Amino acid sequence: MNSGLGDTPILTTVLDTAVTWARKYSLFPMPFGTACCAIEYMATVGSRFDVSRFGAEVVRFSPRQSDLLIVAGTISQKMAPVLKRIYDQMLEPKWVISMGVCACSGGFYDNYATLQGIDQIIPVDIYIPGCPPRPEAVIDAIVMLMKKMENGEDLARRPARVEQGRVTMQLPGETVPVAKLAERT
Amino acid sequence: MEPRDFKAPLLEKFPFLAEFAWRSPFPSFYVPADRLLGVASFLRDDLGFDLLADLAGLDCSELGRTPRFEVVYNFYSITHKDRVFLKVAVEEAQELCEVPTMTGLYATANWYEREVWDMFGVRFTGHPYLKRILLYEGFEGHPLRKDYDIRHRQPLVPGAD
Repeated sequence: MNSGLGDTPILTTVLDTAVTWARKYSLFPMPFGTACCAIEYMATVGSRFDVSRFGAEVVRFSPRQSDLLIVAGTISQKMAPVLKRIYDQMLEPKWVISMGVCACSGGFYDNYATLQGIDQIIPVDIYIPGCPPRPEAVIDAIVMLMKKMENGEDLARRPARVEQGRVTMQLPGETVPVAKLAERT
Repeated sequence: MEPRDFKAPLLEKFPFLAEFAWRSPFPSFYVPADRLLGVASFLRDDLGFDLLADLAGLDCSELGRTPRFEVVYNFYSITHKDRVFLKVAVEEAQELCEVPTMTGLYATANWYEREVWDMFGVRFTGHPYLKRILLYEGFEGHPLRKDYDIRHRQPLVPGAD
């Protein structure tokens, strides 16, 4: 935060910076848990790993009250429309963490029943590999997301569009396939 | 109660049962589809097989035997702690690809048979509600058939694969 603190009790800053600061320490996650990753996420929220140290412990099971969607588990083709609707119901600004290989790419479920990665239907900010990932990895992802928010990436509106079967994201000045986002610095 | 020899009374009453060997210590028999319910009700009412533990489909097209499909019934007796398998061979041709339903004898067969219909496309005649149980409405084909393309996808959200 810009330090404008002098002799007088006045704080000067950019509104966005202040809002982002507040947001990043008060993420309201919505867990979309469909498999064993959800159990590991529960451990993350529990007292041993205590995600409240990072301000992301107020788990809301309602998409309308949350701003961070954590997709933890295998998404079947049958479940895909449900996940899409949950995402669409969340208010902007919103972020998505894809937890575990099943959510990221389908994992070893390369078959008729399983969606090959949730980035086929919704934009993803952070991918966590692992089967399932350790709670430390989940915390790392939340911290990475907080850094992204700090850098201002969060406030860009990112309407996702499907082009030739791939979800693309509108970033300032360019359209980027979601799958290529990880390669950017 | 001790495990008992139920094979003798079973074969005495149904001499057409054809025993077959596989990697299982339990007696296993092929039974013609039209005699299935008679044998099953004898197993349930006279031999004490009170549980239909499993019911599965099988596509034999890569096992080198005909006809193409088989339905496997796994009966268990909670009282006697023993087990018996029945198999019904099912023809591939659409109009012959059916087996009489077991739902009248074992209520648990209802969902098993829906699963076999969903995955293999074997119809169960007389079933009260033969609809897909695992896959979604609009899914075409039966994915556990060996000729279902392993890469074929039928996404519900447009653009996904």
